[in-house]
Amino acid sequence: MAQPAPTGGSDRTLTMARAGREAVIAEMRKNPNIFVIGEDVAKLGGVFGTTVGMAEEFGAQRVIDTPISETGFIGIATGAAMAGMRPIIEIAFVDFIGVCFNQIFNFAAKTHYMSGGQFKMPLTMMIGYGGGYNDAAQHSQSLIGTLAHVPGIRIVTPADARDAKGLMHTCLRDDNLTIWMVHKRIWGLGWLGLPLKTALSVVPEEEYTIPFGQARIWREGKDVTLVGYGITTHHNLAAADKLAAEGISAEVLDLRSIVPLDRDAIMKSVSKTGRLVVVDEDYMNCGVTAEVLAVVAERNPKALQAPAVRIANPDVPIPFSRPMEDFALPDADKVVAAAKQTLKAS
Amino acid sequence: MKPTPKQRIWMYETMLKSRLFDDHLFNAYWEGKKPVFHMGKGPLPGEMHQSFGQEPTAVGVCAHLGKDDAVGAGHRPHHVAIARGVNLKRMAAEIFGKKTGLSGGRGGHMHLYDNSVSFFCSGIIAEGMGPGAGMALARKMQGKPGIAVSYNGDGAVNQGAFHEVMNMAALWKLPYICVIEDNQYAVSVTPQESTAVRAWKRAEAYACPGEYVAGNDPDLIFEAAARAVEHARAGKGPSILELQTERLHGHFIGDSAGYRPKDEVEAQKDPIPLYRKRLLDEKVLTAADADKLDAAVKKEVDEAIQFARDSEYPQGTEALERVFA
Repeated sequence: MAQPAPTGGSDRTLTMARAGREAVIAEMRKNPNIFVIGEDVAKLGGVFGTTVGMAEEFGAQRVIDTPISETGFIGIATGAAMAGMRPIIEIAFVDFIGVCFNQIFNFAAKTHYMSGGQFKMPLTMMIGYGGGYNDAAQHSQSLIGTLAHVPGIRIVTPADARDAKGLMHTCLRDDNLTIWMVHKRIWGLGWLGLPLKTALSVVPEEEYTIPFGQARIWREGKDVTLVGYGITTHHNLAAADKLAAEGISAEVLDLRSIVPLDRDAIMKSVSKTGRLVVVDEDYMNCGVTAEVLAVVAERNPKALQAPAVRIANPDVPIPFSRPMEDFALPDADKVVAAAKQTLKAS
Repeated sequence: MKPTPKQRIWMYETMLKSRLFDDHLFNAYWEGKKPVFHMGKGPLPGEMHQSFGQEPTAVGVCAHLGKDDAVGAGHRPHHVAIARGVNLKRMAAEIFGKKTGLSGGRGGHMHLYDNSVSFFCSGIIAEGMGPGAGMALARKMQGKPGIAVSYNGDGAVNQGAFHEVMNMAALWKLPYICVIEDNQYAVSVTPQESTAVRAWKRAEAYACPGEYVAGNDPDLIFEAAARAVEHARAGKGPSILELQTERLHGHFIGDSAGYRPKDEVEAQKDPIPLYRKRLLDEKVLTAADADKLDAAVKKEVDEAIQFARDSEYPQGTEALERVFA
């Protein structure tokens, strides 16, 4: 069965930004060891509105504006986590990970392991990713495959407001380095036009968690499985509508969590439909699309009745100009074409 | 503040412990590596950066620290770990890659962790500065006493992390001390070749105290560290303490340091016999007491190494454990 979004009796429809923020505020009210650190989080409330109102409620001691020194403040947050605090690091654009990465992959992600479990790393990063609004090669990347390659990091990528809140609660209660990543175009940011309807959802008032590594079936189908996460879930939903109009029944599977990956859910859906399209707004090479295909190749390649199709960014930097960016990034029409290709091939 | 006789004896004893420990490791390192050198062979595989000559920087600072404080070291950590009071047997076992090691053999000699004394390492240059300052921030945020000290080499001061962390530590008045061990060589490159303005002078850029201590002398280091520790404990913020020291061996075992001028190497002094002589001359220790102390330290180190050698290796499959909490 597809999982209907439980509303908990709520009738509040929220953006992902508001829903994620609600989880952070709730956890901060309960646990004085949680604090937010990053650029423009206090006075501005976060470049993407992730921390609006928090400095007023929790004060400058717990919502800390930093200098533009990612290596430094990620390192500082890491040490604070080792000494009993539970920091939340805000990095507006994942593209900035270049100046963060040493502290993340050589220290934060490895310290629990290298210390034999002596030092826990209760550290959450909230990061924006993705393109499609002409911000060009240094502000449009996803880099989820890059992060997912490193052991010791849990990565979640909610696609709607309900999941944004639940996954944030899960991250903030975990004792590991967790990264909560939202695509900028589904976050509900005022400067990117009207919010995408399918990313808005009714969000329960109460607190709830969503386990790591649990994919979500947004729409059941029998002819082809469309796998995505974050924004590509919405491309897949739009594609499924178009395919349905042509009599093709597509199943839309949202990974929600990249590390750990719900391999069982992928295999279960592909076993049912026999056809697979994997959609990722990240670079193709050695990325999430390849990992999803590897699940089928390793577990039961005979489940596929036709060759699988991957849709991901071609391995070029993301171009600025509109026709070139449109060409490079996934969209619903590309998903429709790929789904039809899998059906034709059999 | 000058060290008390008791503190001076502790400094001597601890330097000797580090030295005897490194002596054992040096000998063990060559087991299985002759006649053909292979870094991955023998009971001590991998790179090995030892502390010969740098023992004074560890004891002069750590003599001031207590259970509330935290210490981070770099890729050359043995002397600092020992001065911090890391469990010697489990540290030895970790370096031998044994199951009984501090991290069950997952870390190795560049990644020594002992949470019971808030000690950690990083083998990446200057990478421990942020975490060190973060431990200071946590103490400040939680209203707990205690300061944090990061050890770095003279080469680390040209990493971006050095500037970024010193700026924030000063801005937020963190109870933090950045110790720079100036052994005059970042592998083969000297500060004269790499560093436009020395670290202790850069303190002015962060409006915090900076001090250079020449001589590789435990007593002088102790006195300078007392000032930095007092500053941090008083809530006045960080300090940069740059300590001249000596690297008596190569960068790691196997580096013959042929890039160093011969007269410079010949002029190097071993700080431990010098300090022993001073304590005897100043009648802090009698010759008999010193001999007794030497024997006791030797016994402790011998036992730690034997514990490591006698311990079991982990199972290969234990590699899969402890990635996540």
